[in-house]
Amino acid sequence: MTELKKTALYDLHRSLGAKSIPFAGYEMPVNYPIGIMKEHLYCRKSAGLFDVSHMGQLVISSNTQSMQFIANELEKLLPIDILGLGEDRQRYGFLPNKQGGIIDDLMISNRGDHYFAVINASRKEIDFKYIKENISREIDVDLINTRALIAIQGPQSEKILSNQIGELSSLKYLDVKNFSYKGEILWVSRSGYTGQDGFEISLPNSLCEVFCKNILEQDGVEPIGLGARDTLRLECGLCLYGQDLNETITPIEAGLKWAIQKVRRTGGEREGGFVGQEKILKQIEEHPHFKREAFFPDGKAPLRSGTKLFSDDSGKNEIGVITSGGYSPSLERPISMGYLNHNKFKIGNPIFGELRTKFFPMKLTKLPFVATSFKRN
Amino acid sequence: MKFTEEHEWLEHDGDTVKVGITEYAAEQLGDIVFIELPDEGTLVTKGQEIVVIESVKAASDILAPLDGEITEINNAIVEDPSMVNNDPTGEAWFFKMSLKNQGDLDGLMSEDEYKKHIE
Repeated sequence: MTELKKTALYDLHRSLGAKSIPFAGYEMPVNYPIGIMKEHLYCRKSAGLFDVSHMGQLVISSNTQSMQFIANELEKLLPIDILGLGEDRQRYGFLPNKQGGIIDDLMISNRGDHYFAVINASRKEIDFKYIKENISREIDVDLINTRALIAIQGPQSEKILSNQIGELSSLKYLDVKNFSYKGEILWVSRSGYTGQDGFEISLPNSLCEVFCKNILEQDGVEPIGLGARDTLRLECGLCLYGQDLNETITPIEAGLKWAIQKVRRTGGEREGGFVGQEKILKQIEEHPHFKREAFFPDGKAPLRSGTKLFSDDSGKNEIGVITSGGYSPSLERPISMGYLNHNKFKIGNPIFGELRTKFFPMKLTKLPFVATSFKRN
Repeated sequence: MKFTEEHEWLEHDGDTVKVGITEYAAEQLGDIVFIELPDEGTLVTKGQEIVVIESVKAASDILAPLDGEITEINNAIVEDPSMVNNDPTGEAWFFKMSLKNQGDLDGLMSEDEYKKHIE
């Protein structure tokens, strides 16, 4: 086995007593001594600091061509409105393959003289190669490894971060801005993956530890591991690549139609013209029969990723599968997301999840399980 | 109190033995959110998976520590699984069992031996 990679915060995690797991080739903290449940609830009520440096950071730029040229090129790969993404703004998107399946989902920002994308750790080499091979040679694609990425999330995140870097109240959800700190530039966005208000900060590796130590010295913030990151995103119905999304699931099946702006849909000013358009545009009109749904298991047993779903309690009529599931610390009950085949399932039919050769009844519900709290205005 | 390599503790309780998991095991599992216990009267053999524990992170099994019969289960931990994190060697015992061979208990680790085992 190849040795696990370490982020710039490796020593800090150890000194904080983190329990580590291998994740996408990195040794990452899964939780700190207070444990996943307390970390989760702390982030919901105050603020949490996350190391997400394992994620990929892509800089997409050109020495010879305009931002408009780059945007046009990116729109061939992404079914979202890049041309209309204003300077210092960020947007969610995905890279479809020819069949409409998802190569990766990402956050992309317009940073004035280049685009900056944050991509999944497990997909960064794949995305990098794919984009480089499928974009104009006049565009430079750079997977940077000189910068760390951290997130500060939760209702107190603005206060805590502004104590370090200055006024943040002018930034609203999905705004992007540069801040200087100890002579270096921080790339800050008001976003994250907990469903709450918060920030993501890309900063030089060399500065990361001191920056995080200064954050953690303040009251009202705790370090949070990947365990609580998973429960936080699940409560808000956010997809995890590799579980809820993969190369065989389309964005429409995944319930991500909202991320495809009207301008790129049929009848829009720049309709189609992206990889996977045939399937994706057709599904927007027709509604797919295979769809991501939310479930409440009736009992206390968490029904997790891989659990098969049936419309009977004897395992005869399989209707779908759970792709993310676990215990919700906020709701104090199990929650699951997964895919249902609506050709085999009718609303009102019973649903059972198979676990350890038993069949657990569950009910269809709506996403998100816990309402999001972004700073939209 | 006697201990198994699977991080269970066993303690004489009249004619039966009381079984639970150690503090070390509870800490390793993290926040416990679901427990499924065997039915009273179940005959078990050593190493058989008889309890399911789910933490926030993952599911684990608890194995029967010795051969015998389950005589009583602690429903309080099924109602409130967090008891196991708070008091694993006290209130949060899992089940009581009557041993097939009383002498089997002597073959398990002492507290000192268990402490060395988890070092």
